[in-house]
Amino acid sequence: MSRITSLFNRKRQDILNIYFTAGHPTLDSTGTIIRELSQAGVDLIEVGIPYSDPLADGPTIQASSQQALANGMTLPILLEQIREVRPDTDVPLVLMGYLNQVMQYGAERFFRDARTAGVDGLILPDLPLVEFDRTYRELLQKAGLDIAFLVTPQTPPERIRQLDAASSGFLYLVSSSAITGGNSAFGDEQISYFTRLADMDLRNPRLIGFGIADHAGYATACHYANGAIVGSAFIRALDGGQPLGQVIPAFVQHIRGPQPATSSEYSKRSTSAS
Amino acid sequence: MHDLTTSSYHVDTEGYYGPFGGAFIPEMLYGNVEQLRLTYRAIMDEPEFQQDFHRLLRDYVGRPTPLYFAPRLSECYNTRIYLKREDLNHTGAHKINNAIGQILLAMRMGKTRIIAETGAGQHGVATATVCALVGLPCVVYMGELDIARQAPNVARMRMLGAEVRPVTSGSRTLKDATNEAIRDWINHPEDTHYIIGSAVGPHPYPDMVTRFQSVISEEIRTQLLDQTGRSNPDAVMACVGGGSNAAGAFYHFLDQPDVRLIAVEAAGLGIHSGHSAATSVLGTEGIIHGSRTLLMQTDDGQIVEPYSLSAGLDYPGIGPLHAHLIRSGRAEALSVTDQEALEGALELTRLEGIIPALESAHALAAIGRAAFQPDDVVVLCLSGRGDKDMATYIEHLDQSSETSTP
Ligand SMILES: Cc1ncc(COP(=O)(O)O)c(C=O)c1O
Repeated sequence: MSRITSLFNRKRQDILNIYFTAGHPTLDSTGTIIRELSQAGVDLIEVGIPYSDPLADGPTIQASSQQALANGMTLPILLEQIREVRPDTDVPLVLMGYLNQVMQYGAERFFRDARTAGVDGLILPDLPLVEFDRTYRELLQKAGLDIAFLVTPQTPPERIRQLDAASSGFLYLVSSSAITGGNSAFGDEQISYFTRLADMDLRNPRLIGFGIADHAGYATACHYANGAIVGSAFIRALDGGQPLGQVIPAFVQHIRGPQPATSSEYSKRSTSAS
Repeated sequence: MHDLTTSSYHVDTEGYYGPFGGAFIPEMLYGNVEQLRLTYRAIMDEPEFQQDFHRLLRDYVGRPTPLYFAPRLSECYNTRIYLKREDLNHTGAHKINNAIGQILLAMRMGKTRIIAETGAGQHGVATATVCALVGLPCVVYMGELDIARQAPNVARMRMLGAEVRPVTSGSRTLKDATNEAIRDWINHPEDTHYIIGSAVGPHPYPDMVTRFQSVISEEIRTQLLDQTGRSNPDAVMACVGGGSNAAGAFYHFLDQPDVRLIAVEAAGLGIHSGHSAATSVLGTEGIIHGSRTLLMQTDDGQIVEPYSLSAGLDYPGIGPLHAHLIRSGRAEALSVTDQEALEGALELTRLEGIIPALESAHALAAIGRAAFQPDDVVVLCLSGRGDKDMATYIEHLDQSSETSTP
């Protein structure tokens, strides 16, 4: 069983997944950030592979990617850093990146090397379903990696089913059709979208991401789904210049809030991880 | 799967040209792109759409554009050169053909807001123009660097009522303006149509833009038959940024193997100078702006900043049709430096009294290297006029008059 699946078997609610860009703020911060996040009790860690042209990302992640590239981050360096930190944590690690870099590394070799280094799953936002079915599904299965596809408020029901069927580990609910780093207050439309998804009885647990920047956003995500993904707000916190050992636990505590987020009808009804 | 030996140079049902093309887009764009994919052919094939499109091309754009036999240029290169005068279009370049087509399409899809990217500003001006024509709001993304070097076009867009949004990310040129336009489209999943300016981007854009621009080669065939008694030239030449004027000029000759297709890229300061945009030489297979094609990138898959003095050719990729044409050997690729292009522009100006766009000047500068025979009929797509490049030309003329005597 994959680390991601066993996480959701163990814990169905209040999942906190934190995203950061590898190589930012410094080339060597990857290991420290992963250790600090693990110690602070984060459930999942999403490591962004910095890319020159991150189409789905807003200014915060763009800037962190540029900084990471200027610091000299590359895919081989990142995999080596993950291999080094893996013995120190059991938290599932998900790599998020754009397909061009995977292609240049060589998809099959990349999946194998990532798995060997200790990566558990991938998010490849520009991987089309047709290409996934044609070649990638088999390669990922062979390597033993999970993959989470994205759905948006505009995704029609049949396609949500397809994306859920293609995903393993969890399904990524983009909170509103937008690039990363947008606004946090969820409106009625988003709530009805979250509810609609919760009622679909999907195969995978659901994590809500994009625009979650504080405890209120996290609590709402936990109420309507299995948990939240926080990215840009965390990167902004890292940019504050304080030592990572201070800023990371403080940030996680700020997101988790004073008490554990209240469980809800919807999260109780959440589908079991398969 | 996709192999290079396929005999067709047209897009297949999945949006591929051989191994190139497809739609590598995040889910947030899926709705917009899928709606376009499902409807573009049906809308374009409606007789009423065709009527509206061709009426506007005739009465508003000024088509057909002349096919002009250039006697002194021909004499200079000892061959027979015909210029397809896209520079005489309303707004000064071929870009308007596509903008007219896409605005009609956007209106039929019920879109109420238009966005575009621009490099040289020609596509931005064309899009701002058609938006003024139909009364839709228009936002044009343009790299900060290009805003500085194409000031007259920025002023035109603003006068036409468009909002020009400066792009400060990356190299602050066309690639980054395209990224920002795509991000805007992600943020506006329902009301907005993105009028892309070249034969690039996710399927169906390359095919759609190519079809709108194919009016160029359609006219060439008729005009050439009229003037020479044959509808096929020996060669068609065009500059390639993303590849829309070339795609339009090549289109009706793609399946005529006796017609040489010559794509001219910008070599900038020299192909191997580290300051170049010669994608077919320097590029490798990858994904840019949602399309699998040739692009300039590092071993680690980071897209490399291109360079060309000409803002319209300053793009690190080429459209998937051209990647396929060049890799399969159907088209030849030549490349021309900044300096050669400047000389080509001056040469046409002095020989024929036509000041070309700096982009088009790249095609002109490659004539001497294409090994034409004296009785060859060569059609060169003069994609635009040089008004927007006057500051660059004047600077160059000043420099060259300092070093040489007239
Ligand atoms: C006059 C002119 N020619 C050519 C180009 C290059 O574009 P494409 O390769 O799509 O024709 C441009 C782009 O701005 C242009 O303005």
